[in-house]
Amino acid sequence: MLNREELSKIILEFVPEAEIPEGTQLTEAIIPAEKLVELAGKLKSDKRTRFDYLISHTAVDFVTHFTAVYHLESTEFRHIIVLKVKITDRENAEINSLSGLYPTCEFFEREVFDLFGIKYKNHPNLKRLFLEDDYGFPLRKDFRDEVNMIER
Amino acid sequence: MSSNNLYDFSKLTSSIHEWLLGMMSPNWVTFTELVLIGLLFLLFFALLGLFLVYLERKVCAIMQNRVGPNRVGKFGLFQTIADLIKLLIKELIPIRKSDAFLFNLAPFIVIIASLMAMAALPFAKGLQAIDFNIGVFYIMAVSSLGVVGILLAGWASNSKYSIIGAMRSGAQIVSYELSVGLSLMAIVVFSGSMQLSTIIESQANGWWIFKGHIPAFIAFVVFLIASTAEINRGPFDLAEAESELTAGFHTEYSGIKFAFFFLAEYINMFIVAALAATIFLGGWMPFHIGSWEGFNHIMDFIPPIVWFFLKTFFIIYLIMWFKWTFPRLRIDQLLTLEWKYLLPVSLVNIVFIAFLVLMGWHF
Amino acid sequence: MSEEIRDVIIGESEDYIINIGPQHPSTHGVLRFEVCLKGETVKYLIPHIGYIHRGIEKMCEAITYPQIIHLTDRMDYLSAHINNEAVCLCVENALQVEVPERVKYIRTILAELNRLASHQLWWSAFGMDLGALTTFFYGLRDREKILDIFEESFGSRLLHSFVMPGGLMHDVHPNFQKRIKEFIVYFRKKLPEYDQLLTGNIIFQNRSKGVGLMSRETAIAYGVTGPSGRGSGWSCDIRKIAPYSAYDKVQFNEMLETDGDTFARYKVRMREMWESMNILEQLVDNIPEGDYTAKMKPIIKLPVGEYFQRVETARGELAVYIVSDGNKNPYRMKFRTPNFSNLFVMNTITSNYKIADLVAISGSLDLVIPDIDR
Repeated sequence: MLNREELSKIILEFVPEAEIPEGTQLTEAIIPAEKLVELAGKLKSDKRTRFDYLISHTAVDFVTHFTAVYHLESTEFRHIIVLKVKITDRENAEINSLSGLYPTCEFFEREVFDLFGIKYKNHPNLKRLFLEDDYGFPLRKDFRDEVNMIER
Repeated sequence: MSSNNLYDFSKLTSSIHEWLLGMMSPNWVTFTELVLIGLLFLLFFALLGLFLVYLERKVCAIMQNRVGPNRVGKFGLFQTIADLIKLLIKELIPIRKSDAFLFNLAPFIVIIASLMAMAALPFAKGLQAIDFNIGVFYIMAVSSLGVVGILLAGWASNSKYSIIGAMRSGAQIVSYELSVGLSLMAIVVFSGSMQLSTIIESQANGWWIFKGHIPAFIAFVVFLIASTAEINRGPFDLAEAESELTAGFHTEYSGIKFAFFFLAEYINMFIVAALAATIFLGGWMPFHIGSWEGFNHIMDFIPPIVWFFLKTFFIIYLIMWFKWTFPRLRIDQLLTLEWKYLLPVSLVNIVFIAFLVLMGWHF
Repeated sequence: MSEEIRDVIIGESEDYIINIGPQHPSTHGVLRFEVCLKGETVKYLIPHIGYIHRGIEKMCEAITYPQIIHLTDRMDYLSAHINNEAVCLCVENALQVEVPERVKYIRTILAELNRLASHQLWWSAFGMDLGALTTFFYGLRDREKILDIFEESFGSRLLHSFVMPGGLMHDVHPNFQKRIKEFIVYFRKKLPEYDQLLTGNIIFQNRSKGVGLMSRETAIAYGVTGPSGRGSGWSCDIRKIAPYSAYDKVQFNEMLETDGDTFARYKVRMREMWESMNILEQLVDNIPEGDYTAKMKPIIKLPVGEYFQRVETARGELAVYIVSDGNKNPYRMKFRTPNFSNLFVMNTITSNYKIADLVAISGSLDLVIPDIDR
C-alpha cells in the first residue's frame, strides 16, 4: 500500500502539471482536463498502483467552475486516490468520458449529466437518468424551483 | 373379501328409472334423466369448487404458520361464497382489438372439458354417470380439450404476456399427457380392462398400488408428477407465475370469466385426484388387509362413497403440499423433466409390467 | 444501449420488447426493465430508474447535519442504521470527535441486527419470486423478533434515525441485551429450517446454479460490492478493509465464494447471517458502561474541506463524500450507494439467459430501488 508521498511522486511522474494539495484526508490530485484519460489509464495499468476500482464519480458546483471528482481504489493494494478536474466553461461544460476504462463510470457520468449538465465526450449513451428531458439541472447552485426546492 | 355386502347404488337408480318409466314414454324418460343428472353434476361442480378453494386457503395457511380465513362465517366457511359474489359483480372489462368471440368462448371450453371428464368418475358402486368400456381412454381424451381453451384465451387476449403464458401452458400440457397416459396404461395392463368399474372390481382383494408392488408404485409417482403438471399447478405453474408474467393466459379476464378459469383449475385437480384414487388406490373399495376378517368387516361399515372422497382428498392434500413447498421450475427444465426422465421411465415401466403380467408375478 | 442499436436488433422478426415494471410483483420497488427477448431468451436489458428520485443530495445542501440523518434512513431502508452510521462517522472524523466505547459497541450491534433483518427479508422475497411462497412467512416471522427489539428501544420498527453525530439519540432500553440474547438462541434453531426448505431443494438448485454468472473482473469493473461481489470471489468487505466502530474488536470471517452464479450469492448471504449472529454474541455481553453520546456543540459546523467515509451496508459499500465550506449545511453531499452500481451490471449478467432467470438474478442481487434513485 503506497502512502501519500509515494502516490504524489507517481502522479507527478505521469502528469507534471498536477497540483497535490496538502492537509487533505485522502491523497488528492488536481489535473488538467486533457490529461484525465491518459492518467487514469496509466494508473490502472501501472504495476505499482493498479487502480482498478472506481468507487465513485461526481461533480461539485463551485459557483465559478465545476469540479469533477473521481475516487479510485486499488483492490490489490488498498490505497485510495482522488482525481479532480476543473471545468471552467459553465455554458458548454465538457469533459472526456472514462467509461472505456471503467464500465461503471458510464452510469455515474449519466447521473452527473442529469444533475449538472456536464457533457461527456465519447460516452456510449449520454441520456438523462432520473429526470425528464426538460427539467433543468437541479444540483447547480443557480437552480431555482419555487415549488419543490428547500432553501437554506 | 368381495364387494357383495357393500351398498349398491344401482338399486336406487334403477328404482328411480322404473318410477319415471311409469309416468312417461321412454324417450321422455331418457331426456328427464339427462336433465336430472346434468343438474346434479352442475350442483356438485359448484359446491365442490367452493369447498376446494376454501380447503386450499386453509391448507396453505397451516403450512405458512398462520390461520387462514376465519371471519366470514364459522371457521371462515362462507369466505368462498363472499369471493364468488365479489367476482360476479365485477365489471367485465372488454379489450380493444381482441377477438371477442374466441375471448368469450375460451372459459366455456375449459369448463366443458372438466365437466365431461367428471361424468365418467365412479363415486360409489353403481353411482357413475357414464360407464364406458373405454373409460380411462375417454377421460384422458376429454381432459385434453382443456388445452384448446387455454390457447384460445392466450391468443384472444391480444397481449404479449398472455400469449407467452398460453404457449408455455400448451407445450407443458401436451408434453405431460404422454406420461399421464402411460402411467394409467400401467394399471390397465394389470387389470386387463379400460372400464373404470372393472378396474375397481379387480381391486376387491387389494389396491393396485399394493398388488402391483414396485412398478405400480413407480407408475403412481409418475402419475402424480405428470398430472400436477397437466393441471398447471404446484411447481409447474409457470403459466400463471404471478411474479413473472402477472397472471399469464388469464391476465385479461375479469369477473365471472376469471371465475371459470379459477374454478376449472380446482375441478381439474379433483378429477386428477379422483382418477389416481380410482386407478391406484381402489376407488370406492374399502381398505382390506388380506384375511383379517374382523378388520375388513369394520372397514366395510364406512360407506364406499366416503372411502372415495377420503382417498381423493388425500391426494388433493398431497398436490397442495407440493405447491406450497417447492419453488417453480423453469420452462426448459419442465420439458426436460418430461422428455428425458419421465417418459423413458414410463415406457420401461410398461414393458416391465407387461412382462410381470405374462409371468403372473403380481398379487 | 442507444436507439440505433435497438433498431438494428429489432430488425429480426423474432425479437420483441417487454416491459417488466414499474408495478410488478417481483421487482422490489419501482424499477422498470425494458427487456428485448428472442423467444424466451434475453438479448439485452435496459433498466429505467428515477421513479422514486427525491433529490436527497440537493436537500442535504439546505438542512443541518442532524437533519440529514433522517434522510439517509430512507435511502436503503432495510439497512437504515448503517446508512445513519456512515454520515455520523464522516462528521465525527471531520470534527475529530472521539465517541465513547459504549456508543461504538451499540452502533455495531445495531448494524449487525439490521444486516440480519435485511437478509431475512431478502430470503423471504427471493423464495417467493421463485415460487416457494412459504419462505415469505418463515423469514418474516423471524424478522418480527428483531423488529420487536427495535420497537422496544427506539419506538419504531424500520426507520429509527437513532444514530446521531456524536453518539446516539438516547440510551437503549434496559432489556436490550436480554432480548438480543433470547433472539440469538431462537434464531440459531430456526436458521437450519431455511436451509431445509430452500437451499437443499433440487428444483431451487437447478434454478440458481449456473445462472447469472458474474466473473470477478466484471464485478470489479462494475463496482458490484457486498454479498453480490463476494459471491464472485472479490474480497470487498469494508468491515475488514477499513474497520470502523467496534469491528476491530470482534473476530469474524468474510464469506467468499468463487462460482459467481446466483447460488453462490445466495450462499454468501446465508453464511453472512450466521456470521452476524457470531458477531452479536461476541458483543452483546461486553457493552461497556458510559455515556451514550460525546459532547457536541449544539450547531454542528464542519471545518472547510472534503471528507470521505465508507461503510458496509447489507448490500455493499456505501460511501459518503462531504464538501464543506464551514457552514452548518454541507456544500455538497454525495452518497455512493451500493445498489446504484449493482443494478447496472444486470445487462451483462442476464444476456442469453431465459426470462425466468431474470427474476432469479435480480432477486439474488438484492436491489432496493430507493437506494438507486436517492
